[in-house]
Amino acid sequence: MIAYITRRMLYAIPILLGVNLLTFVLFFVVNSTDDMARLHLGVKRVNPEAVEVWKQEHGYDKPLLINAKAEGLEVVTDTILFTKSLGLFVFDFGRSDNGRDIGYDIRQRMWPSLAIAVPTLLVGLLVNLTFGLLIAFFRHTYIDLWGVIFCVALMSVSGLFYIVGGQYLIGKLLAVVPISGYDTGVNALKFLVLPVIIGVISGIGAGTRWYRTIFLEEIGRDFVRTARAKGLTERLVLFRHVLANGMIPIITGVVVVLPTLFMGSLITESFFGIPGLGSYTLDAINSQDFAIVRSMVFLGAVLYIVGLVLTDIAYTIADPRIRLN
Amino acid sequence: MPVVFITDGLLFGLVFMVLAYAIYASRHPHLRLPWKKVARSRMGMATLIILLAYVFIGLLDSLHFRPQLNSGSGSHPIVYSNEVLSVLDIVLQPMREHQEKTYSEPFALHLYSKETVESSAGVQQRIYPRLEFGGRHLSDPSQRSDDIISIMLIAASKALFAWLLIVLMVLSLLAIKHETPLLGLISKVVRGTSEIPWRIILLTLSVVILIGKVSYDLGLSYHVLGTDKVGQDVFYQSFKSVRTGLVIGTLTTLITLPIAITLGLMAGYFRGWVDDVIQYVYTTLNSIPGVLLIASAVLLLQVYMDVHADDFDTLEERADLRMLFLCLILGVTSWTGLCRLLRGETLKLRESDYVQAATAFGVANSRILSRHILPNVMHMVLITIVLEFSGLVLAEAVLSYVGIGVDPTTNSWGNMINSARLEMAREPIVWWSLMAAFIFMFTLVLAANLFSDTVRDAFDPRVQAER
Repeated sequence: MIAYITRRMLYAIPILLGVNLLTFVLFFVVNSTDDMARLHLGVKRVNPEAVEVWKQEHGYDKPLLINAKAEGLEVVTDTILFTKSLGLFVFDFGRSDNGRDIGYDIRQRMWPSLAIAVPTLLVGLLVNLTFGLLIAFFRHTYIDLWGVIFCVALMSVSGLFYIVGGQYLIGKLLAVVPISGYDTGVNALKFLVLPVIIGVISGIGAGTRWYRTIFLEEIGRDFVRTARAKGLTERLVLFRHVLANGMIPIITGVVVVLPTLFMGSLITESFFGIPGLGSYTLDAINSQDFAIVRSMVFLGAVLYIVGLVLTDIAYTIADPRIRLN
Repeated sequence: MPVVFITDGLLFGLVFMVLAYAIYASRHPHLRLPWKKVARSRMGMATLIILLAYVFIGLLDSLHFRPQLNSGSGSHPIVYSNEVLSVLDIVLQPMREHQEKTYSEPFALHLYSKETVESSAGVQQRIYPRLEFGGRHLSDPSQRSDDIISIMLIAASKALFAWLLIVLMVLSLLAIKHETPLLGLISKVVRGTSEIPWRIILLTLSVVILIGKVSYDLGLSYHVLGTDKVGQDVFYQSFKSVRTGLVIGTLTTLITLPIAITLGLMAGYFRGWVDDVIQYVYTTLNSIPGVLLIASAVLLLQVYMDVHADDFDTLEERADLRMLFLCLILGVTSWTGLCRLLRGETLKLRESDYVQAATAFGVANSRILSRHILPNVMHMVLITIVLEFSGLVLAEAVLSYVGIGVDPTTNSWGNMINSARLEMAREPIVWWSLMAAFIFMFTLVLAANLFSDTVRDAFDPRVQAER
C-alpha cells in the first residue's frame, strides 16, 4: 500500500512538470514580460523606461531560460523559469504583482473557502442521497418520471440564477440573513447559511439524478433479488443492500473532490463577498495579476493529483475486492 | 456587401456536416434504427422542434453583411457602412432601432426613473417621462391593456392560421408518401397513435409559432421585456444572444473533435509508448483547474489584442475572434473526457474478431482504424457532442460573468446576467434583464438536456440491452 502511494506520488512529478511548463509557456513565452508590464502600467504611461522599472521591481527582468551573463550555477538559476516557475515545486509562491506574499494569503484565505465548501458538500450529499433513494424506491412510477424531469429542469438552470435568486429571496425579501460579507469565529455563521443553502440547492438536480442511476443499477443485481427472495422488507433491502453497495461509487466521487474544496468556488465567493481562495483567484483574474493565477493553477493541479490518489485508497477501503499493486 | 466571420463559416459548415450525416445515416440501417427510436420518442421530437427554432434564429443571425449607404450611381462609388448587421437585425429592425433613454419596465409607457422636465409654462417638474417608442401610438395611457389584448388576439389568430396551413401541408405530404387517405391519417394523429408522434410535434410547433408571432407583433410597438441601462430592447438582446450560445455550445466540441478522436483511437490501438504519451498529455491538461486555464488563456489573448489592436478591421471582427478563441480554449479543457472514453473503447475493440481478422489479412493500421474501429465508436462521439452542448451554454454564462467569456460588446446571456448583478442591487430593482436571460437560457438548456437524454438512450447499447 505504502509502496503504491509512493509510486503514485512519483508519477505526479512529470505531470506537475508538464503543468509548470505549460503555464511557463502561456505566461512568459506567448506573451513577453514587456506586454505584461505594459498592461499593468496602462497605455498612457508606457515608455521603455517605465517598462524596465516595472520588470525590475517585480523580478521579471531576467532572461527566460539561460542567463548568459551570469556565472556558475546562476546561468540556470538566475532566470525567470527558475525564479518564477520552479519555485512552485517547494510551494514557494513568491510575491504577487502588487507585492503581497502569495503563500501567506493562501494560508489565510483557505479557511473561509473550507467553511463554505465542507458544509455544502456534506449537507448536499445527505440531501441528494435521500432524494436519490426516494426516487429509486418509486422506480417506474410517475413519481420517478417526473422526479427525473424535475432534476433535469433543476440542472438546466445556470448556477448564477440560483445565487442571484437566492440572494434576492432569502437575503433581501425575507431579510433573514445578510446578503453578503464575512466575519471571524462564530459570527461567520450567519454569513455562511445562505451560500451553503444555495450551494446545496444548485447541486440537487445533478446529484439526485446521478445517485438514482447508481441505485437503479444496484437494484437490478442478483443479490438484491436474493435479498427480496429471502423475504426481507423493502426498507431493509434498500438500506442494507442497495445503499451499502451504491456507496462505493458515491464515496469515490466524493473523495476525488475533497482536496479541491480548498480552492473554493469562484462564483459563490465573489457573489457573497467571502474572502476565500475563490474570490482571491477571481480578483487576481480581474486585476490581471499573473503571479497569483500561476500559483493557483499549480496548486489546483497538485490538489487534483492528491484527489486521484485518495480515490484509489478510498476504493480499497470501501471495496475489499480491489487490491492495489 | 456580405461579410463572413470565421464562426459564421464554421457554423454553416457544421450545418452541412449535419445534413451530410443525415443522408449517410438514412442509408445505413444500423444508424437509421437508433434515429428512428429518437423520432418515435415524444420527448425527443418536442425538444427537437424547440432546438430547431433556436438554431433557425442563430443561423439568421449568422448571415452578416454591411449595409449599403448610397445607391452608387454614376461617379459615386458604392459606400458601405462600417457597421456589420445580420439578417436577424433586419427582421428585428424596429426593436433594434427603438432605443430609449434608459431602463423601462416590460410593456411600460414611461421610463423607470424620474427626470426633470420643463413644462410649457416654464415650471420644472420631476416626472416619469413617456417613452420615445414604447407605446408611442397610444394617446391615452389607459388604452394600453386594450391595445395589448387586441394586438395579441390578431397576432394569435394569424399564427393559428399559419399553423393550420403548415399542419395541412405536412399531413397531406404524409398522406401522399404513405398512400393512405388523409382523413384516416388525421384521426390517427389526433388520437396520438401515429408511429412518429406527429401530434406532439405539431402541438409544440403551434406553441413556438404562437409565442414567436405574438411577442414579435407586441415587440413592434412595446418593449416586451423592457429596456436595459442604455435603453436597448432586452427582447432584441436576448434574441441576439442565441447565436452566442449556439456557437459556444457547438463549435467548441466540433473544433476539438479531430484531436480527441485521433489521439483517443491511437492511444487505444497502438498502446505502448504512444498510449503513455497521450495519457500523459491529457492527465496534465486535466489536472489544471478548467476555469483557471481558460482565465489565463483569455487574459493572454487580451494582452495580445491590446498590443496588436491594428490587426482588426472592425470591432465585430475582434469580438468574433475572441469568441472563436474561447471555443478553442474551452475545447482544450473538455476534449480529454472524450479522448479517454475512446481510448477505453478502442482497447476493447482491437481485441475483437473482425479487427484480429483484418490484422491477419495484412490490412494497414490506418485502414483498420478508419474502417473498422472509427465507425464503431461514432455513437460515443455523437452522444458526447449532444451531452456537452448544454454544459457549454451554461459555462458561457459563468465565464462571461467572471469576465473571461465573450467580448463585453457581444450580446450574450452571460453578459446580460453580469449587468443584472448591479441591477438587482439598485432600488427599485431591475428584474427583467435577468428574467429574459433566464427564460431564453432555461428553455434552450432544458430542451438540449432532454433531447440528449433521448439520443443517449437510443444509441447506448447498454440501455438497449436492458430492454
